Amino acid sequence: MEHGNMNLTLKVWKQKNKDSKGRFETYDAKGISPDMSFLEMFDVVNEQLISSGKEPIAFDHDCREGICGMCSMYINGRPHGPKGGVTTCQLHMRSFKNGDTIVVEPWRSAAFPVIKDLAVDRSSFDRIMSAGGFVSVNTGNAKDANNILIPKDDADTAFDAAACIGCGACVAACKNSSAMLFVSAKVSQLSLLPQGKVEKQDRVLNMVKQMDEEGFGNCTNTGACEAECPKSISLENIARMNREYLGASFTQNKA
Amino acid sequence: MSKKTGFLSSSIGKKFLMGLTGLFLISFLVIHVSLNSFIFFNDGGASFNAGADFMAHNPVIRILEIGLFAGLLLHIFQALLLTLENRKARPTPYEVVNGGANSSWYSRSMGVLGSLLLLFLVVHLGNFWVPTKIAVFSHEEHNTFASMKLVFAKWYFVAIYLVGVISLLYHLLHGFQSAFQSLGLNHKKYTPLIKKTGIWFSIIVCTLFAAMPVTMFLGIIK
Repeated sequence: MEHGNMNLTLKVWKQKNKDSKGRFETYDAKGISPDMSFLEMFDVVNEQLISSGKEPIAFDHDCREGICGMCSMYINGRPHGPKGGVTTCQLHMRSFKNGDTIVVEPWRSAAFPVIKDLAVDRSSFDRIMSAGGFVSVNTGNAKDANNILIPKDDADTAFDAAACIGCGACVAACKNSSAMLFVSAKVSQLSLLPQGKVEKQDRVLNMVKQMDEEGFGNCTNTGACEAECPKSISLENIARMNREYLGASFTQNKA
Repeated sequence: MSKKTGFLSSSIGKKFLMGLTGLFLISFLVIHVSLNSFIFFNDGGASFNAGADFMAHNPVIRILEIGLFAGLLLHIFQALLLTLENRKARPTPYEVVNGGANSSWYSRSMGVLGSLLLLFLVVHLGNFWVPTKIAVFSHEEHNTFASMKLVFAKWYFVAIYLVGVISLLYHLLHGFQSAFQSLGLNHKKYTPLIKKTGIWFSIIVCTLFAAMPVTMFLGIIK
């Protein structure tokens, strides 16, 4: 762990827009405090770039506390950097050493086209959600907490799946850019609870169909997604989605 | 929310088929390794040849053999299809990939390991399957044990077989447990058991297979 301020070299992907060809550019990050987050380090670099009349590096960010799922940097060959269970905004510069060269790339997937530099378009995830990631009936005001009794285990498993923030690190980590972990988390969080159970067959069929249409790859069970997920979403969800899809495909009573 | 679904053309359907054919091929390995282990009786190939003769002429086995080739071809075809799709899913590669940080090398190399296995299979079928077939069709006695001894007297065949067996080992280490996951079988109680079984199965089967050319080459099996 570093104590004094650090000087780092950044190799960052620069790309003007979706259609242009990108390239790596090298930046010096000087006087970086080890207590800064990775994004704050980028803020410092960008301020220096702006004050010297250069174009800043575009990157996605919002809450900066690991819950919005916006930050999306592929750092030294790993989504969200070298630490497990954290997003890029929760990654601190003390995880690096003075003099390090850090390579920062955007998520790479046909389904996540680069908008600019490190920012990618993840609306494919939104379209998957629109295809079935919801409960159709408006349930009105919040009911009394114990109106519908839900076994504690089911509630916990659903909650663990619902912890997914949709950042896309699973796709970025997967050698096939498969979105199975994301989709399975969304399928699971709804199908495990009584409110979502009613539509579970339609949901899994439609969400998987949309996932395939968006051009994500196929799962080969390497487990990279689970290992890199900032919310530690389990591979059990993918197995649940697989069997729900299998069941729905063969038993759905529709033409 | 109702749309027509083609199960086998979906991403999940394809991996389902991959897992199913994989497990089918694994079941064949059990038969193959059990029968071939008869050579370890070291009785000059008498019990092994009796087993091989049964396999070559039993009509049920003949029908299963067609199924086996169909399963193998389907497994290969699906693998090619999946690999092509997966390549297309990431048109721009990463500059730096630290794959070792999140997954095992062999889980990421199933295509390479499978291709090595296919190359090995071509040699393997040429060594044993083709001569056996010729003998069956020309109604001749075929001494499979003798042809094994002949093949494994050559060091380069022993080397090719060892490379094949090592490829099989790593292919199985990932494939065995992966097949269950693809079929949707993941359970807190049984998955650790499946994983352990997969590791032991791969090690035992591959050790037995590797021992065959090695012991014959060294003259331990006479």
